[in-house]
Amino acid sequence: MSAKITTLRDAVAELVHDGDTIALEGFTHLIPVAAGHEIIRQGRRDLTLVRMTPDIVYDQLIGAGCARKLVFSWGGNPGVGSLHRLRDAVENGWPHPLEIEEHSHAGMANRYAASAAGLPFAVMRGYTGTDLVKHTPTIARITCPFTGEELTAVPNLGLDVAIIHAQRADRKGNVQMWGLTGVQKEAVLGARRSLVTVEEIVDELEPMPNQVVLPSWVVTAVAEVPGGARPSYAQGYYDRDNDAYRAWDPISRDREAFTAWLKSEVLA
Amino acid sequence: MTDFAPDELLTIAAARELTDGTTTFVGIGPPGAAANLAQRTHAPNLVLVYESGAIGAKPDRLPLSIGDGILGETADAVVTVPEMFNYWVQPGRIDVGFLGAAQIDRYGNINTTVIGDYASPKVRLPGAGGAPEIAANCGEVIVILRQSKRAFVERVEFVTSVGHGDGSPGYRERLGLRGRGPVKIITDLGKLEVDPETREFVMTALHEGVTREQAIEATGWELRFADDVATLPLPTAEELETLRSLKA
Repeated sequence: MSAKITTLRDAVAELVHDGDTIALEGFTHLIPVAAGHEIIRQGRRDLTLVRMTPDIVYDQLIGAGCARKLVFSWGGNPGVGSLHRLRDAVENGWPHPLEIEEHSHAGMANRYAASAAGLPFAVMRGYTGTDLVKHTPTIARITCPFTGEELTAVPNLGLDVAIIHAQRADRKGNVQMWGLTGVQKEAVLGARRSLVTVEEIVDELEPMPNQVVLPSWVVTAVAEVPGGARPSYAQGYYDRDNDAYRAWDPISRDREAFTAWLKSEVLA
Repeated sequence: MTDFAPDELLTIAAARELTDGTTTFVGIGPPGAAANLAQRTHAPNLVLVYESGAIGAKPDRLPLSIGDGILGETADAVVTVPEMFNYWVQPGRIDVGFLGAAQIDRYGNINTTVIGDYASPKVRLPGAGGAPEIAANCGEVIVILRQSKRAFVERVEFVTSVGHGDGSPGYRERLGLRGRGPVKIITDLGKLEVDPETREFVMTALHEGVTREQAIEATGWELRFADDVATLPLPTAEELETLRSLKA
């Protein structure tokens, strides 16, 4: 079955449910920020948010009270400092307590790979000797059946929904992205349902260097959302708005400033 | 003599540690600035590898994040994140891992996770990112960090990335860690290197004008000094100018 071309609002309403395990991926590049805001507007609750780098998009979802749990590997504002809504939730339980499940980038990347491959776990060299092992139940030792070597296993993420942003799709819903593509292919292939927001829908996908193409039949829905990755960037369309990342710091530090921002920039 | 900030001093000192022609895994902040500076000065063939998937990046300005567009656009190869960690970091293809830290202890163990109790932390730090596997699998690790009692502690409160553990012989080998682990810490006061006998970090060099007392005062463990403590020359005008032009 091919992807349905729809609107962001309808896609989120149909695909994202309260209590879902959901990944909005994009490694600095192509972060689906507009989709995150739509989830806030539709008032989703009790989500398990999965993302390697929560970035400001998850800071916003957490501050808006959408999340019950966060599965992640690096929770900072890249190049700026802390994610203050994340910290406020973890340190003070505001707006409500947030359970965390913490990995390394290598571990998360492998969990996405296992999910895409339809395997219960992935195997890697990692975590040995770190205190992450003591606090994260989804890290386990495994013995290689061929060499007897001790390795590490990390499980499939069990994603209900993956949401990514890409540069283009064609009218059949085939998706094309290029540049740094992170774990987005794995996220889409690893989830039961997927939504891709795109800068534009075109008649023909002209080949690009280093492109990743997701055929329409592995994507559930495609929505045209120009600028849908701002303030992150979409190579070939717009640059990363570094000032917006810096400006997020004072907004997110203060609950009132954040609440006012949420009202005027997302909910209005 | 030109004035410079403490971060500029440690960035320039760290850049000098990178050998031309080696491959370096680069993080953001001072490590990224140092690696870019080295590539612009004495190490034009330094291969910069970023966890976002850019291999052999040649940015003409300093990226704010490890995933800036300039990295992918100037790279020899762009790979996905699972490929980066599984095919490039894991087998030990990268010579030097360049890391920052919130806390480091006398055996080079690194904490970037929490200060205080894990369940109810005093300070929640960003977390692991790529560091644990970089520290485990790169040929060696250089840490860049401003020296203070708060950062240089007797034992880290949380081991995010393994250095030399409790300092016992063969600690890393017993865990199956294949890289040599942290070998140098570059600070705004000078340079610490790991003692091959004790696995403890000792001060082997001070920046020009820095005293031993300053270094002792800024270290949370009983700091030892090498028999011959070298003096690191101050940043040159050319190094400062190049570094500042990267940030412009």
